[in-house]
Amino acid sequence: MNVTMNANGDWPYRLREHRGTLLALLAFVVMFTIYASNHPAGLNANVATTAANKGVLLAIVAMAQTLVVLTSGIDLSVGMVMVLANCLASTIVVGSPLMTALGALGVLLVGGVCGAINGLIVVFGRLQPIVTTIATGAVYYGAALALRRVPGGDISAPLADALTGQLPGGVPASLALLLALVLIVWLPFRRSAIGRAAYAVGSSEVAAYMSGVPVRRAKFVAYTLSGLLASVAGLFITCITYSGEASAANGNTYTLYSIAAVVLGGVSLFGGSGSAVGAIFGALMFRTIGDLLFVFNLDPLWQPLFQGVVLAAAVCLGAARLLQVRNRLDLYG
Amino acid sequence: MGEIDSTSNRLRSQPDGAELRAAGAFGEWRRRVDPAIASAFGCILVLLLLGSLYSSSFLSPEYLLQQLKVASFLGVIATGMMIVILLGQIDLSVPWVVAVGGMMATAATGWGPVGVALAIPVGIGCGIALGLLNGCGVAFLRIPSMIVTLAVNAVAQGLMVVHTGGFSPQDASSPAMRFIATGHSLFGIPNALLVWAVVGGAAVFLLTRTTFGRTVYAIGNRERAAYLSGARTRLVVMAAFAISGGLSALGGVLLAGYASKAAQAMGDPYLLPAIAAVVLGGTSILGGRGRYLGTVAGVILITLLQSILSVMQIEEFGRHVIYGVAIIAMLLVYGRGRRHSD
Repeated sequence: MNVTMNANGDWPYRLREHRGTLLALLAFVVMFTIYASNHPAGLNANVATTAANKGVLLAIVAMAQTLVVLTSGIDLSVGMVMVLANCLASTIVVGSPLMTALGALGVLLVGGVCGAINGLIVVFGRLQPIVTTIATGAVYYGAALALRRVPGGDISAPLADALTGQLPGGVPASLALLLALVLIVWLPFRRSAIGRAAYAVGSSEVAAYMSGVPVRRAKFVAYTLSGLLASVAGLFITCITYSGEASAANGNTYTLYSIAAVVLGGVSLFGGSGSAVGAIFGALMFRTIGDLLFVFNLDPLWQPLFQGVVLAAAVCLGAARLLQVRNRLDLYG
Repeated sequence: MGEIDSTSNRLRSQPDGAELRAAGAFGEWRRRVDPAIASAFGCILVLLLLGSLYSSSFLSPEYLLQQLKVASFLGVIATGMMIVILLGQIDLSVPWVVAVGGMMATAATGWGPVGVALAIPVGIGCGIALGLLNGCGVAFLRIPSMIVTLAVNAVAQGLMVVHTGGFSPQDASSPAMRFIATGHSLFGIPNALLVWAVVGGAAVFLLTRTTFGRTVYAIGNRERAAYLSGARTRLVVMAAFAISGGLSALGGVLLAGYASKAAQAMGDPYLLPAIAAVVLGGTSILGGRGRYLGTVAGVILITLLQSILSVMQIEEFGRHVIYGVAIIAMLLVYGRGRRHSD
């Protein structure tokens, strides 16, 4: 086997590694085509922007969830960090451009701190992620409630318009934000030693530890970045709604939808495989499913059931791996 | 086990007879009492003490009985959650299965006399059906329970939205539902508490005295080994999820009886407390380890914590913060995992 063979002959393996992401992309393109071609107003810039804003919001939360899921953890507090960031942003991201910038930085900082607290408890407290993030989620929700007992507040209009509007040429600005997050947060993480360590931890924590992989640092960074991304989502939802609301229902919904998006995006809940890009397409796909009913003029009453059934069907597709199992014992982990 | 321990004790320090007996008794005690359960009961005492400093009525039998009555709703739901967690799985479909239980029972009440009689079984039956759906996904499709139950939760929510919106069913509960949730029987013990006692007794019997129970613990420890030992793992997993669904629905029936009507979001506040109660009671979230007594302690602990926070008139945000911090703090004391180097 020579060098050229290695460089060119490994594409089946690369394809297999990205299979989940590619499938999610394909499913999203198909659904979005159906959606756009049946939309009463056709695919104009405004329709695309509205759809993109809703999709990107969930996509950012799904990215946050992915980072933790890769380490075979789970972050049930992402929704609450988002709600906290929403309430904080509606309070401090106002006024002059400098004040706005400082406020936005403050929101991101708080998100990062929330994530870091989760990370510290999971890594050094050695508590299970699922219980930890349930409890810290309650704390973050309490903090959000302290900031905003009743819905209200405001956000700097130029910032909101810039993030939720359109770039020259009619491209939704939110897509640029999403691309920026992928380039600034996800790719550097994926390509760094810490990112590889996170994958290794997700595959087998014991093996990673034995091989001298910085297990603790990888987990801590994953949780911290997750909190940071969740606060970006909180900032973004403030730009969409122009107000802050400490809504527990909102937080829980986004947490659950983020898990759904992660699964649809081909990220393994057992950790160690998948990518945030897949989760992004999973999130966009999940949003499009919800909107499909709208373009087909179905009773909105049926929307939750339709969304639930599609989610269940997508989840059942995960059972396809059973067909590949040669040894029945492989079924039992 | 005990023999070996006392032998090694004797070899090491060669104490005299009395000392040996004391050490043996202490060792026996330590083996029998799970530190997690002991700490949970300790926390309950501390909470009661704190409460009684605030107001002497905290130690009155009426208040305690009232707390136990409120706790029994969570207790019934947490029982099902515990069995699923012992398997090493989790049931996130609790919120809408609780709602389905309550709403289908009240809907059945609107069908006429037969419906009134069948209200409670209909509610529980719907919960068992949803639980079986969960079980199928986990046992046969081998999908992680976290996603399956999430999807079933979404489907149940969709069904209930269509059901209430399209058919506008009755939402008032039947007399029987109100009786088991709010009535009192012998010696003034609330019926809801008796329901929890029956459910709890059955759970203890199932977990400690039957093949089903042993298989649940075996699967939680290592499913592969349980399968190789000839245990019917799939059936047991299905049954565990069906029990969890049925008990969640029973919780919904009780709640609907307590509030005399069913509502859509009635199950939402029960998912996280149920998981927290099970884990605070010393059951490992990874499965295979835990005792029902711990869950009882966890349920009472959570209920007391919530009650004391609301009695002290702490604002809602403070209650959430204290609730979360208290759970983390208690777990940090006794619920920590192992180091890598162990």
